[in-house]
Parts: sequence; structure tokens; C-alpha cells
Amino acid sequence: MVIGLSHYLSVAAILFTLGILGIFLNRKNVIVILMSIELILLAVNLNFVAFSAQLNDLVGQIFALFVLTVAAAEAAIGLAILVVFFRNRGTIAVEDINMMKG
Amino acid sequence: MIEAFFFYLFAAITIASAVMVISARNPVHSVLFLILAFVNAAGLFMLAGAEFLALILIVVYVGAVAVLFLFVVMMLDVDFAELRQGFLQYLPVGMLVGVIFLAELLFVVGAWVIAPHVAGGTAAPIPDMNEVSNIEAIGRLLYTRYVYFFQAAAMVLLVAMVGAIVLTLRHKANVKRQDINVQVARNRATSMEIKKVEPGRGL
Repeated sequence: MVIGLSHYLSVAAILFTLGILGIFLNRKNVIVILMSIELILLAVNLNFVAFSAQLNDLVGQIFALFVLTVAAAEAAIGLAILVVFFRNRGTIAVEDINMMKG
Repeated sequence: MIEAFFFYLFAAITIASAVMVISARNPVHSVLFLILAFVNAAGLFMLAGAEFLALILIVVYVGAVAVLFLFVVMMLDVDFAELRQGFLQYLPVGMLVGVIFLAELLFVVGAWVIAPHVAGGTAAPIPDMNEVSNIEAIGRLLYTRYVYFFQAAAMVLLVAMVGAIVLTLRHKANVKRQDINVQVARNRATSMEIKKVEPGRGL
């Protein structure tokens, strides 16, 4: 049985859905929400790499590299904001993050 | 055959650990399952032929991001049981959205065809692995045609680093620090005071 593009795309689709589901289910826990975002970006990377292999095009891997960069920066900034918020408020519950009334 | 076996192995472990990431009671377990998911996704990358990205995924995610998550989870003293309230409340609507979304995505995956003119339009064909390794091919492309994107990515990381430091840096009011500007700006008027001392009385 040959492993083709649609196998990779199916795995990436399931991973992406699990990421979305994680955001829905853990509405209160910002840390798990950040981890779900990492899962979503991983699924996107898997799509890029699968298409890169299928179309024999290296640009997909280059772009996956940039996605990886942005994901790392996003995790660093998100966790820094989380630490500052916890220091000020003593909780990380998402429902309490309404100081700006936005 | 062996490729199919490893694909299903890596895919199954990746998806199972992704499920555990979003459903584990303890966030420390979530982070550890996230590491497992990333390691197995690196295996999938390796199967797809993206060796450099697979190893970068392990270095960046398992080595840096996951450890950062672990550090924050363990440093913050949070009552995670309280945060899990509402998990079952959101489960039905979450499942509904998830199932619909997954079905749509799988329909797309099952029905796609590549347009005939795309096959000849590759921007940068992957060279033969026996002549040019994956990392060398990526380097040749990244440092020439995509050098500006590369520098923009570096700028993103720099700004993220500076932002994280600025956000979490905290000055305590009661710690004395050397302030060179204040030291240099001292002059005779601000640093000396002449007092007339009366004989026999002191200050």
C-alpha cells in the first residue's frame, strides 16, 4: 500500500480539528489553548511538507520553516503575557481577562 | 510496506497524543503528550523526505517551546481543577463543531485533484537526494531567493525575544541600582550642603 498525499492530508486534518476542539473544550485554561494553537500550526506544517513532497517543490519546506519561526515567537510572547497576567491577577482563567472591556 | 507501517505508527501516536493533550487533567501531562506528538510528527516529516525540518522540529519544539511550556506550567501556582470546570459543558457543542469541521476537511481531502498545469510549474524542484542533501538544497534556496524572508523571520524572533524580556522584566522599588546618568550629573550644588554649626550644640 502506497502512502500518498491524501494520507498525510487526512492526518493533518485530524490534527487541525483536534486543535480546534482543544480551544473549545478548554475554554478556561490559557496554557492548553496555547498548546492547541501549537497543534494547529503543526497540522499546517504537515500540509506544507506533504505538498512539498508530492509536488517535488522545495518552497513548501522553506515556508514550513517560516511557520515554525512564527510559532516559536508566538509561544514565547504568549507565555510571557501569561506570566505577567498571573503576576498581576493571581489567576489565568480566561473569563477573568476582561480588564480592557474589549 | 515498511514505509506504510511506520506512517501508520507515527500517525496513530501523533493523533492519540494530540487527543491526550486536549483532554489530560494535568497540564504537565498535556505538555509531555505535546512533546510526544511533536516527536512523532517529526517522524512523519522524515517519512515525507523533509529531514532538515524533522530535526528542526525536534530541536525547536521539544528543546525550546515544550520546555518553555513546562517551565511556565510548573512555575505558575494555578488550581487546574478549577480551570477544568465546564469541560463537559462545552463537550457537546465542541464535538459538534469538531465533527462537522473534520467531515468537511476529509471531504476536501477525498475529492481534490491537482490541476494539470500545476505539475510543470514548480518554483524550486527538489534536487536528487544522492547529489544534493536536503539541508544543502534548503540552504541554497533559503540564502538566495528567500534571503529577505529569512531576515524578516530573524526580525520576528528578535522582536519576540525583546518583547518577552520587556514584558516579564520587573524592577523592584527597594533594590538600589547604579545609575550612571545620575552619578555623572551630580555637581557641587546638588551634592554639597554647608551648615553653620553653633558652638557647643552640634547638629
